[in-house]
Amino acid sequence: MKLSSETIQKMMNSIRSTKEEELTCGHCYEELDQFIEMKLLGKNAEEAMPLVKEHLDRCAACREEYEVLLQALEAMIQ
Amino acid sequence: MQTRTNEEWLSDLRGDNQDQAIEDLRHVLKRGLIYALSSRIQTDLEAQVDDFVQDAILRILDKMDTFRGESKFTTWAQKVAVRVAFTEMRRQRWKDISIEDLMPEDSGDFTPLVLSDPSPNPEKRATQTLMLEMVDEMLKTDLTERQRTALMAVMHGGMPLEEVARKMDTNRNALYKLLHDARKQMRNRLIEKGITPQEILEVFESG
Repeated sequence: MKLSSETIQKMMNSIRSTKEEELTCGHCYEELDQFIEMKLLGKNAEEAMPLVKEHLDRCAACREEYEVLLQALEAMIQ
Repeated sequence: MQTRTNEEWLSDLRGDNQDQAIEDLRHVLKRGLIYALSSRIQTDLEAQVDDFVQDAILRILDKMDTFRGESKFTTWAQKVAVRVAFTEMRRQRWKDISIEDLMPEDSGDFTPLVLSDPSPNPEKRATQTLMLEMVDEMLKTDLTERQRTALMAVMHGGMPLEEVARKMDTNRNALYKLLHDARKQMRNRLIEKGITPQEILEVFESG
């Protein structure tokens, strides 16, 4: 197997942030609407829901959905 | 458009005002998705969003009982619509790519790709090679075949979790747990070897 330095770096970054207990994508999804409303209200969602924040930092797929949801909700507010 | 409380949304979507409530919800979801996806969908944006919204409304009507009321109903509904849209966009994007296509080439003799990178420092190159060999060995001996395949599809191939899950006949949650176990396994192995991920990262930093 040939590994690239980029893959190794991704892997190490991911291992470095690994916690013994982590939210799964499903748990993050369940909490996401609450988390995002706190963000929209200017509250400190990261501090109130740190496990969601950690999952979004770690999981590119969930982070992508979060970012698009945030944009969609901003459009609804305008 | 009529503004509704959460209770009114649920009541209208379940009751006599269902048709109007669905149209109002369609309007809300479409507006949000058009705005949020305009930079990601280059052709037929409106038609694609119409399809996503239609599927999302069916999902929302089916899953309404799971709405816990901890956010606005429209926030929850938009979350469902975004998930529906991404599921379809990712399925389309990755439909012709197998997991095997994403695996790094197995050459028999270990020749790290990093060696092809020009580096002015032979000592650093030698350390990088040692680290690559060590990680490669960990992948081969400390992880299961399934963990290794999933990890490489995500980390090396960049395939989203739900697509890897679909192609491995599992679901996104189970795949996340599989990868979480793999990361913990590798972290523990590094601890046994007396080396941290940070130390390995520093070896690969440019400059």
